[in-house]
Amino acid sequence: MRYLPLTDEDRRAMLATIGVGRVEDLYRGVPSAALLDKPVDLPAHAGEIEVERRIRRFAARNLGASSAPFFLGAGNYFHHVPASVDHLIQRSEYLTSYTPYQPEISQGTLQALFEFQTQVALITGMEIANASMYDGATACAEAALMACRVARRDRIVLSGGLHPHYRDVTETSARFMNIEIAALPADVSGNEDASATIDADTSCVIVQNPDVFGRVRDYSALADACHAKGALLVVVVNEIVSLGALMSPGDMGADIVAAEGQSLGNPMSFGGPHVGLFAVREKFLRQMPGRLCGETIDADGKRGWVLTLSTREQHIRREKATSNICTNSGLCALAFTIHLTLLGEAGFTRLAEVNHAKASVLAKKLGSLKGVELLNDTFFNEFTLRLPKNATEVVDALAKRDILAGVPGGRLFPKDKGLANLLLVAATEMTTDEDMDRLADGLTEVLK
Amino acid sequence: MTVSFTTTGNRGLDLEEKLIFEQDKAGRTAVDLPDVPAHDNRLGVAKRKKAMGLPGLSEPQVVRHYVRMSRNNYAIDAGIYPLGSCTMKHNPRLNEKMARTPGLADLHPLQPQSSVQGALALMDELAHWLMTLTGMPAVALSPAAGAHGELTGLMTIRAALEARGDARKVVLVAESAHGTNPASAHMCGYEVESVPGTEGGRVDLAALKKRLGPDVAAFMITNPNTCGLFEDDIVAISAAVHDAGGFVYCDGANFNAIVGRVRPGDLGVDAMHLNLHKTFSTPHGGGGPGAGPVVLSKALAAFAPLPFVVKDGDGFRLVETEEQSGAQPYGRMKGFNGQFGVFVRALSYMMSMGSDGLRQASADAVLNANYLRERLQNALSLSYPGPCMHEVLFDDRFLAETGVTTLDFAKAMIDEGVHPMTMYFPLIVHGAFLIEPTETESRASLDQLADLMLGLVAKAKAKEVEFFKASPTLTPRRRLDETRAARSPVLRWSPPAPKLAAE
Repeated sequence: MRYLPLTDEDRRAMLATIGVGRVEDLYRGVPSAALLDKPVDLPAHAGEIEVERRIRRFAARNLGASSAPFFLGAGNYFHHVPASVDHLIQRSEYLTSYTPYQPEISQGTLQALFEFQTQVALITGMEIANASMYDGATACAEAALMACRVARRDRIVLSGGLHPHYRDVTETSARFMNIEIAALPADVSGNEDASATIDADTSCVIVQNPDVFGRVRDYSALADACHAKGALLVVVVNEIVSLGALMSPGDMGADIVAAEGQSLGNPMSFGGPHVGLFAVREKFLRQMPGRLCGETIDADGKRGWVLTLSTREQHIRREKATSNICTNSGLCALAFTIHLTLLGEAGFTRLAEVNHAKASVLAKKLGSLKGVELLNDTFFNEFTLRLPKNATEVVDALAKRDILAGVPGGRLFPKDKGLANLLLVAATEMTTDEDMDRLADGLTEVLK
Repeated sequence: MTVSFTTTGNRGLDLEEKLIFEQDKAGRTAVDLPDVPAHDNRLGVAKRKKAMGLPGLSEPQVVRHYVRMSRNNYAIDAGIYPLGSCTMKHNPRLNEKMARTPGLADLHPLQPQSSVQGALALMDELAHWLMTLTGMPAVALSPAAGAHGELTGLMTIRAALEARGDARKVVLVAESAHGTNPASAHMCGYEVESVPGTEGGRVDLAALKKRLGPDVAAFMITNPNTCGLFEDDIVAISAAVHDAGGFVYCDGANFNAIVGRVRPGDLGVDAMHLNLHKTFSTPHGGGGPGAGPVVLSKALAAFAPLPFVVKDGDGFRLVETEEQSGAQPYGRMKGFNGQFGVFVRALSYMMSMGSDGLRQASADAVLNANYLRERLQNALSLSYPGPCMHEVLFDDRFLAETGVTTLDFAKAMIDEGVHPMTMYFPLIVHGAFLIEPTETESRASLDQLADLMLGLVAKAKAKEVEFFKASPTLTPRRRLDETRAARSPVLRWSPPAPKLAAE
């Protein structure tokens, strides 16, 4: 067993040092009826060759984005990750270290987190950001809970442009907390005005930009409406690359930004692990969930970094903590920050431009197909089509042709039968002209 | 005070590194992107109009930046990392390779299910291993980490209670519990009450029985507990909780001690999270990501959150809605399908170890901890008599009258080239030293740790207080001023104030 350094001789000698005859003697507190005397019914140990074979057998039964024309989005996006990102995050010193609780021997992780927090604040237009949450959906739920603490109110308005998973996770988080959720209907038309729904009990309105149908929104007026009634505006971003082209939530007046960072540095990996971004106005700092890295000096006066303001956190405050979160998405945050450092201002804006341009070309191409209607007046890298038939059936038919066409409305809004013909289509820098042609041709055939 | 005698501030291989923002040249980038095709602009009115202020670097600078910084980190790949409760074991690189396999890493969570049958089969296989090892009939895979799993387990319990019209208000938590336990109970809308421990470091069964009643939804226990001890009354504890109509939640952070030897399902546990990033070797990554699947008893299985995988004829189906489930899922914990990349790593580990290897690993973890206990118990103050499980707890009585604290001792260990143990947790003993070596340490490595700790005990007994207070002195940074960081928080870089020079 290649991961176990002890030899039988070591084990015998160590048992003798301890003064017991068998390792079972160390389990003497376990009720004897519960102590298994033989291995459970699972396969025995295996070498690398065999394990690789078995895992690759699973992989072989899937069709991955790198093997097919690919157009899915809806909160996870297929982007290029520069080779150096994956190399750097696999440095032992990052990959196999714990949370930086001993700062003298964790300055690498801490400095990277400080830079990460700064980058997140810069692109969202917010004052401060934390050191990451699990993902965008859980960050959204934490934003809702935080808004209730800040406003001391217990009603939350969820826009109909919010990703349904984000809505569901937020509703689940609120379910046992005596928080009322007002979830607005799916905003297919793009005409939603949430300001009318804000009442004296409303802690926040949660909107998304671009919304789940891909529309670009300016929420400045909604921010004013929220603030006039003592509520917070939470802006969700689940395609972070869009911030390279769009006005930041901070510039619109957002109080909290909850975002998914997967698009930078992280593979889709069937939905996780990803990285939740969480940024706020500085005045709300003490109600913030999650870890924070802060600058300080050491005993010699040199600049350094530590985890700070931990009196908000569960290991100090227990049931009075701002959240129960402990383990977060450290390594995914590192991948994010390295990718964004590689891009820089010029690369990030260029990446956003390429994404938008590809989507614009594709939207024009698909929108001109017979029977296909483009719903969006605006979009970033994803838009919604109305097809003349059920989109799930269309997507399944195209998958048989090895084309991964997009996300059907029925998958996201299973209860909303009126959305069954909608298809969300995304393009990124990975999308080629040939991919677009294959989708257009495939769609034409399937819709015949 | 160390003297900075180099021009650069570097000390040989110990290199100073500026922030990326201090290396900025406008317009520079390390990524060459495709040309922007001719297109109509469809961004609308909310186009970005001002710069963000991100720094521009080239690829060699970026690579050098992160490599230089990495050298300031300690890591399990570099040496023993005996953090109690954290199970910092070896992270096999095979798992990393497997998680990056095309056909796994490049799957979108909302692809047609016909195109991801292998991924669903992999999740089902992982579920099978976890259920078999725990002796439990169901598992919710989606929680992202241990604390998230706790919340999932408690919400499942609450949903089951509400389904039978039972509105209980209180969750009892063992006083030695991790801070996440009460925090999770609070996020599930429960009042939290603490159950005291015995002199022997276990849950006080009599006190628990006295408090149990029709208002108690669940008792949260950690087993083995945070003192490194097996809760030997566990069967009676579970029975008492069940008799009172409540559920038993077990914090599975310490499962590494008993994998393949004891099944929590045989102990009366109703829900338990498994930290795949502890027990099943997926890397901690400087803070995450983890995964915290929750195994569930028969009474709770129907209430598990969405989504989950079921067998469907020859294939598998991902159940994403209540209608598809034929059950009463209480909600959804996370976007998409859980920490799939972590699942691949954990399954790769379990397949490598097998049922025989996992059983050997838990025995070696327990053996290693007891060996350290034996080597240290006459010099440090053992909090509870042995044997222990996979971690051993000492407190700071041995430092009485020395002027040295647990913190000082830990910082001196850093200069000896090891990561210190967990300090000041659990809270029920004074100045805790919680040491968890794991099974992936050799005897030589354990001896080195014991020897250096004994050496430091001798120094403490000799009252070399100044030495301890000054530690560490050999690290990239010496003790950092945490009070200053908290008093006036600087949580991001800001451009230096413009100089008032003439234009």
